[in-house]
Amino acid sequence: MSDSIDLIVKLIPLFPLMAVIVNGLFGHRYSHDLAHRFAWGSVLMSFLCVLAVFTETLRTGAAREVIAYKWIFGGDLTINLAYLIDPLTCIMLLVITGVGFLIHVYSVGYMHGEAGFTRFFVYMNLFMVSMLLLVMGNNYVVLFIGWEGVGLCSYLLIGYYYDKVSAAKAATKAFVVNRIGDAGFLLAIFLVFVNFRTLDYTQVMQNAAQLSPEMATAIALCLLVGAVGKSAQLPLYTWLPDAMEGPTPVSALIHAATMVTAGVYMIVRNHAIFDLAPMAMTTVAWIGGLTALFAATIGLVQTDIKRVLAYSTVSQLGYMFLGCGLGAYTAAVFHLMTHAFFKALLFLSAGSVIHALSGEQDIRKMGALKSKIPWTHTLFLIGTIAIAGIPPLAGFWSKDEIMGHAFVHHHYVLYGMAAVGAFLTSFYMFRLTYLTFYGTSRLDHHTAEHVHESPMVMIGPLAVLATLSVIGGFPGVPPENGWFHHFLHSVAGVAGEEHATPPGLMLGLMGTATVIALLGWGLAHYFYSGPSSAAAALADRMPGIYTTLLNKYYVDELYDRLFVEPTKQLGRLCDWFDRTIIDGLVRSIDRGTDASSAAITWTEKHVVYAGLNIIGYANHLLARSWRRLQTGMVHQYAAIIVAGLFILAHVILLIWTGAGSTGYSSR
Amino acid sequence: MLEEFSFGFPILSYLIFLPLAGAAVLWLIDDEDLLKTTTLGITLVELALACLVLMRFVPDSAAMQFAEHARWMPALGIGYHLAVDGISVLFVGLTAFLTVLVVIYSWDTVRNQLRLYFMALLALETTTIGIFVSIDLILFFVFWELMLIPSYFLIKLWGGGPDRHYAALKYVLYTLLGSVFMLVGIALLDINYHQWAVTHHLDHVYSFDLLELLSVPIPLSQQILIFWLMFMGFAFKAPVFPFHTWLPDALVEGPIGMAVMLAGMKLGTYGFLRFTFPLLPDASKSEGVVSIVMVLALSAILYGAVVALVQSDFKRLLAFSSISHLGFVVVGLFALNFQGLQGSLLTMINLGFSTAGLFFMAGFLSTRQQSSQLSAFGGFAKQAPLLATFLLLIGMASIGLPGTNGFVGEFLILLGAFKAKWWFGAVAVLGVIFGAAYFLWYYERAMLGPLSKNVSAAVKDLHMREITIALSLSIMILWIGLYPSPFLRMMNGSIQALVDRLDRAKVASVDTVIHVPAK
Repeated sequence: MSDSIDLIVKLIPLFPLMAVIVNGLFGHRYSHDLAHRFAWGSVLMSFLCVLAVFTETLRTGAAREVIAYKWIFGGDLTINLAYLIDPLTCIMLLVITGVGFLIHVYSVGYMHGEAGFTRFFVYMNLFMVSMLLLVMGNNYVVLFIGWEGVGLCSYLLIGYYYDKVSAAKAATKAFVVNRIGDAGFLLAIFLVFVNFRTLDYTQVMQNAAQLSPEMATAIALCLLVGAVGKSAQLPLYTWLPDAMEGPTPVSALIHAATMVTAGVYMIVRNHAIFDLAPMAMTTVAWIGGLTALFAATIGLVQTDIKRVLAYSTVSQLGYMFLGCGLGAYTAAVFHLMTHAFFKALLFLSAGSVIHALSGEQDIRKMGALKSKIPWTHTLFLIGTIAIAGIPPLAGFWSKDEIMGHAFVHHHYVLYGMAAVGAFLTSFYMFRLTYLTFYGTSRLDHHTAEHVHESPMVMIGPLAVLATLSVIGGFPGVPPENGWFHHFLHSVAGVAGEEHATPPGLMLGLMGTATVIALLGWGLAHYFYSGPSSAAAALADRMPGIYTTLLNKYYVDELYDRLFVEPTKQLGRLCDWFDRTIIDGLVRSIDRGTDASSAAITWTEKHVVYAGLNIIGYANHLLARSWRRLQTGMVHQYAAIIVAGLFILAHVILLIWTGAGSTGYSSR
Repeated sequence: MLEEFSFGFPILSYLIFLPLAGAAVLWLIDDEDLLKTTTLGITLVELALACLVLMRFVPDSAAMQFAEHARWMPALGIGYHLAVDGISVLFVGLTAFLTVLVVIYSWDTVRNQLRLYFMALLALETTTIGIFVSIDLILFFVFWELMLIPSYFLIKLWGGGPDRHYAALKYVLYTLLGSVFMLVGIALLDINYHQWAVTHHLDHVYSFDLLELLSVPIPLSQQILIFWLMFMGFAFKAPVFPFHTWLPDALVEGPIGMAVMLAGMKLGTYGFLRFTFPLLPDASKSEGVVSIVMVLALSAILYGAVVALVQSDFKRLLAFSSISHLGFVVVGLFALNFQGLQGSLLTMINLGFSTAGLFFMAGFLSTRQQSSQLSAFGGFAKQAPLLATFLLLIGMASIGLPGTNGFVGEFLILLGAFKAKWWFGAVAVLGVIFGAAYFLWYYERAMLGPLSKNVSAAVKDLHMREITIALSLSIMILWIGLYPSPFLRMMNGSIQALVDRLDRAKVASVDTVIHVPAK
């Protein structure tokens, strides 16, 4: 039994990998129909394998390590390509393969008729492989394969429409910004190895307690740099909104449900180290809290349906970081899961809207779509209610748990920020819903004629995600004591569990959270449900704030000014230095003096022409050198050269040892 | 010695002289097609021989294998001594592999004087393999110098740039200047051996044989002198910043085939592993030496990368990226621990696939547009999707994406550097970010975006020969990236021996200083 489970574990990433190879190499030879069947079929197979592994983990409750092969080794270092299956991995695997499968199916409809249909699925499958390695690895380096692998796929998929300048630029930006995080992550790996002499989680976590607080803080902060890059937190979030250049299923899968949560996964995986570093924990919490609020404010005024969702993702990831920073790891993973459901739902429904409107993404040109695409409307609304945090939908339970944790542990400022963030979330999400589906139609004539509901292959996965968004919170009920918490207890046990929240306080916090969410809804209803000009009036009254928000606080411009341009200028300066100073020096030595030009002439004459002669008169020369060999001339020449060399060497040696040294030649 | 590893015939000599003999055969052939097929045949046989050596090589061993020893100038202690160990064996395979690819590449891209070109190429192969299998320092030096002759003509006669004459001469002068220092260093090694041999009444009073020189201790002060002399030779060749300015010229002006061999063959850094570290362990470990070289190498990483970022000519861009990569290699070397040395050695091999691969790609690109200026490109992915795919894969290998060979090497180097001194690793890791920036920006400008109006619609994707080249490089890249085990096992034994020697070094030399003068 155990062996067969090991085999199944190994198969999980192999199925999508096979699809990558088959579709990648031969995809151009057969029809799109076959290509997409390989693509989603492989993910379905992985999902089934994951179910089997999950059941086994449920049954035994034990972690399992599976070694595929020895990868990098030598000296005191051994890195296996090996997997660790524990409850945390199981949850991640379920989300990745489950949601991943639904998105693959959806993509069949969404990408229908695209020229790069097969290429799209190759990248998507490659992404699945990387993401699976990321969460399955039993050591930091396998995680890092996945970590950069998903980065590559993200690059490829953001740049899927590579002939668009904006897409190409967004792709490069995403990769380079991620690499900043990756560099931090690499340093963390090195620190771990220097301290533990191994890179396997199990051993590292067992011995984590031996770390000094300073070292733990250093490792945790380096890990955090990596997490911040991948999970688009302050200050490295700028790539994610631009990443919306990719096709919508990509935004749903990579830039909402899975890849961007890798940072959260990584922190939870390393919580034994983070627990030892209070300073790092505080940093995580504050980055999370600030990002949650900051991104939400930008989301208020954006006009591109996908960009609103992108900022919302950044903001929701902030909540997860906040949870991590407070030590509420289970809550963070819980929010990761529910967020995967409702954010995938929202993105895919947005995709369905875009699909219906022949590519239109600007919400100023939408409105009154409710009756034209009723299914999409209902599904989008469910997603909105879930993310806004209205009970009993999924988002409520997970977000509330994080916020409650902040309050119970007396982090009132962070709680306040999270609460304001929650209010804004509810507001901008309902704003989006109202502007898209309600009010008066602002569609242009041509688009309006072609509005159509999406096909079943798209609506079907959406319905499943909607169901999950409704019921997905229940495994975590009651808060802090649900099935979810028990399942994850062994790997992400909450540090401060002894503070069980009193039921009264808990109900009070839940009530507050609900009221906050409803207030946000109410305000959005007031501004946007009808033909009201209140919103525009408000924007007019505060033009400074409005423009700042609309321009995303000018952070992109700031980074450009601070980092990108100076680096290019430095490059130009070094280039000039190289050509003018270093090479100039060389050239001046070459040409400056008569003596050296004479030397060049001499070289030309003796070395170059001699060489020419060798090639030109090979025969002749060969004969001559043969004669020389016969008479032992070569030996004589060699002897003369060596003797001259020895005299030179002795002179140098004398000068060197004359300067005073311990060599025996000087005695 | 170690006859059990040998074949019935002197395979290393065959490896050295087969291409040279082949070059002589080319002299007799007039027909162009026959010329091409013969050259390809010769290089393929050479590759097969090299593969034979690799397959019969005993891994996890520090022994010198397939050794051949013959008297040459016994009075001077100069011998014809060939052998390979974990440090050199992979280079032999790499040289043979790249030469085959260069021949395939040159099939229709070299039009004038094809016969001479192939002869020069084969001569280059002979001398390069000679460098890698020589155990005698004079023999090594002879090949080291002889290599200049075919290189010079390859750059001068078949180069594409207007400054190719200057570039060729610059390359030769740089290397010659460096090797004068190196030669003096070699002579000093011999003098040291001689003094020891006389006082200890050894059989040979002179020797240039690496193994014999290794058996004799060298006082620290002399080690440092010899170190810097040999450093000049190797650093000029590598090239280590700031002695690098010949490289961009040679790579940009020279033909692609030469650029591939120059960028792919890390001769200079090989010299450190082969001769400098084992012979001069105390000097290599000494604080002053390590600090100076590390500062140069770390500067090279960052300097090469930022300069690469702003180049408008992509061959020049690749040249500076190559300088940046060399910085990584040197950082790994002077970390002087297992991971650093292992990573450096593997990276030297890796660059033979990735950097050399990027030069092939640059060749594919520039033959299509008759230019290597980025402004002549744009949106090329639309016209040539296969080219775009391979360029991305090879580029990802060069910036060290996990799953490709580049990662394994780079990771080990960085880990080793970090172990040596944390800030070595911390500075070097910045190169990882800049690497992504310059490559992806290059890729974006050349391949992505709307099709540039400079690109004619008649531009075709890769043809069969080009696919062969790109595919074989890709296979090696992924093989080493995903399953490096056979490669690591081949090098591990020798690396371990070297690390042991470096670790023991201090003790041995103290012993020498106290012990020897007493006699």
